[in-house]
Amino acid sequence: MVKYISKRLLYMIVSLLLIITATFFLMRIAPGNPFTSEKKLPPEIEASLNEHYGLDKPWYVQYGDYLGRIVQWDFGPSFKYESRTVNDLINDGFPVSLALGLEAILFAVAVGIVLGVIAALRHNKWQDYTAMIVAVFGISVPSFIMATFLQYLFAIKLGLFPVARWETFSHTVLPALALGATPMAFIARLTRSSMLEVLSNDYIKTAKAKGLSRGAMIMKHTIRNALLPVVSYMGPLAAGIITGSFIIEKIFGIPGLGSHFVLSISNRDYTVIMGVTVFYSILLLVSILLVDIAYGLIDPRIKLAGGKKGE
Amino acid sequence: MEKILEVKDLKVSFQVYGGEVQAVRGINFDLYKGETLAVVGESGSGKSVLNQTIMKLIPMPPGKITGGQILFHGQDIVKKTDKEMEKIRGKEISMIFQDPMTSLNPTMKVGHQIMEVLLKHQNMKSQQAKERAIELLRLVGIPMPEKRVNQYPHEFSGGMRQRAMIAIALAANPSLLIADEPTTALDVTIQAQILELMKDLQKKMDTSIIFITHDLGVVANVADRVAVMYAGQIVEIGTVDEIFYDPRHPYTWGLLASMPSLDSDHKSELAAIPGTPPDLTNPPKGDAFAARNQYAMAIDFEEEPPMFQISETHFAKTWLLHPDAPKVEPPEAVKRKMRKLSSTFDKPVLVKEGK
Repeated sequence: MVKYISKRLLYMIVSLLLIITATFFLMRIAPGNPFTSEKKLPPEIEASLNEHYGLDKPWYVQYGDYLGRIVQWDFGPSFKYESRTVNDLINDGFPVSLALGLEAILFAVAVGIVLGVIAALRHNKWQDYTAMIVAVFGISVPSFIMATFLQYLFAIKLGLFPVARWETFSHTVLPALALGATPMAFIARLTRSSMLEVLSNDYIKTAKAKGLSRGAMIMKHTIRNALLPVVSYMGPLAAGIITGSFIIEKIFGIPGLGSHFVLSISNRDYTVIMGVTVFYSILLLVSILLVDIAYGLIDPRIKLAGGKKGE
Repeated sequence: MEKILEVKDLKVSFQVYGGEVQAVRGINFDLYKGETLAVVGESGSGKSVLNQTIMKLIPMPPGKITGGQILFHGQDIVKKTDKEMEKIRGKEISMIFQDPMTSLNPTMKVGHQIMEVLLKHQNMKSQQAKERAIELLRLVGIPMPEKRVNQYPHEFSGGMRQRAMIAIALAANPSLLIADEPTTALDVTIQAQILELMKDLQKKMDTSIIFITHDLGVVANVADRVAVMYAGQIVEIGTVDEIFYDPRHPYTWGLLASMPSLDSDHKSELAAIPGTPPDLTNPPKGDAFAARNQYAMAIDFEEEPPMFQISETHFAKTWLLHPDAPKVEPPEAVKRKMRKLSSTFDKPVLVKEGK
């Protein structure tokens, strides 16, 4: 197990290096720079700005410097937000996005799995159709429409929750629902189809022939085996959701990390682009690793390569 | 002898898109304590449906028991609710399936899958159940059961998995074991081992077995009696000797003739029954086998044959046994093995009119 994980960590560092390199050069190829704006800066000022931020050095020196700083977890200063570093931006925004994201994931997983299980057990009955209609809505309604709809219904009409801002727990409910709706729908559909597949297996018949009650059969023999595809979907999903959503954060006025992903690019805020990309990549790689480890725990047939058998 | 199972005029059908498939069309048989009844017949003859109906394992709907009774220890299973069946399944009647590769849950330890039966039906504590599971694994001939009990199915070979399935099936000492082609998916040497094991355990536990198979070699090895099924009906039933040495139904002749034998020379072609089984959404008029039967007479296409009794234990459903029927000779391969059995009546007795 230790050997397996250290091997995977090594691969992660290699992937990370590739991601950093690709982003770094793509960013430089894109026209414009952080100081491009409607008002042309006097050349002397631009030159001194470039010098201040090290943009006057040849690309390989910049690239080397950047790698050196990343190793020390220093993403450098932001170009647009004066006197703030990228580390500050992440440290401020990430906890908010993380809290919102976890809430959304919890909602998506709990409701999605329950809907999927009910749909599969009541296959081709009204419960199945209802659950799948909900799922199709969840998938096809874009999050900004879902968000405004939730705001209109629950905040304005019913007054149950605040419309926006990020203060108490009740402020988090609507954005979490809006953010979790699509993954919830995906999870419901995934759970349903893999439950149906598992239910058609011979060992379900064996379980029945043992005299197990329907409940015991479903809990012990079906759900665990049906959750594998859901778990593999969870990896990328988790990384995407806990780093925040630009749209949801804008609509609900939440000071999360999501907006930086979009704004930094139009601002050509080099260090922020790099910073959030690297941060997101690390989260993604870690969550994929966690998914692979969870796989091995759920299904004993999947042996984590590298480790000794039965470790 | 004590009768443990009595199936009376059982009818099962499935509602499907194209109509109603009559999978089992009026079956009668008895099963005694400690005996093995083999049910043979080609694919689609209703053997599996019949046996899953005895445990009420067929999905309902689309499946439906449209008539008849299944008396198990005198109680009608057809009338039992799902909750009542839970107490019978695994405890009184259990089942071994065809494919041991897919019949065990891949994500649950083998020991645990055996323990489930004990926890459910024997009121054991989990420690006690585990010890019993180890004992059962030893009983079915799995080496190092203390270690094996904690392993997953993928760590077992095919033969060992079938042994584990047998351990699950026998865990609660059932009085009836239904084995649905338990050796079909195994290679021959393992087949022989599994059959030996089943016979051995049957002797120890005095269990009755219904053994579904289409391998007549296996039948000769394990069965006391044989029921030949065709198109949802039992067309001939008798002791092993009666079926192998004095078969009366042309379908049984066909089955026996198509069994390859060691003394057939390499030039002779392997015999086969021509055609395919009838569509049971619309069972043919008369004898369902008539269209494939080289001995078929005009009446076979018109009226369903009645059941004739040939000896105390031997019954066949064919017009050929009617006093007015012409004398016909069974195929060469069957005739060679025919012998006169002492228990045979002087002439067949009509016991039940066909409808």
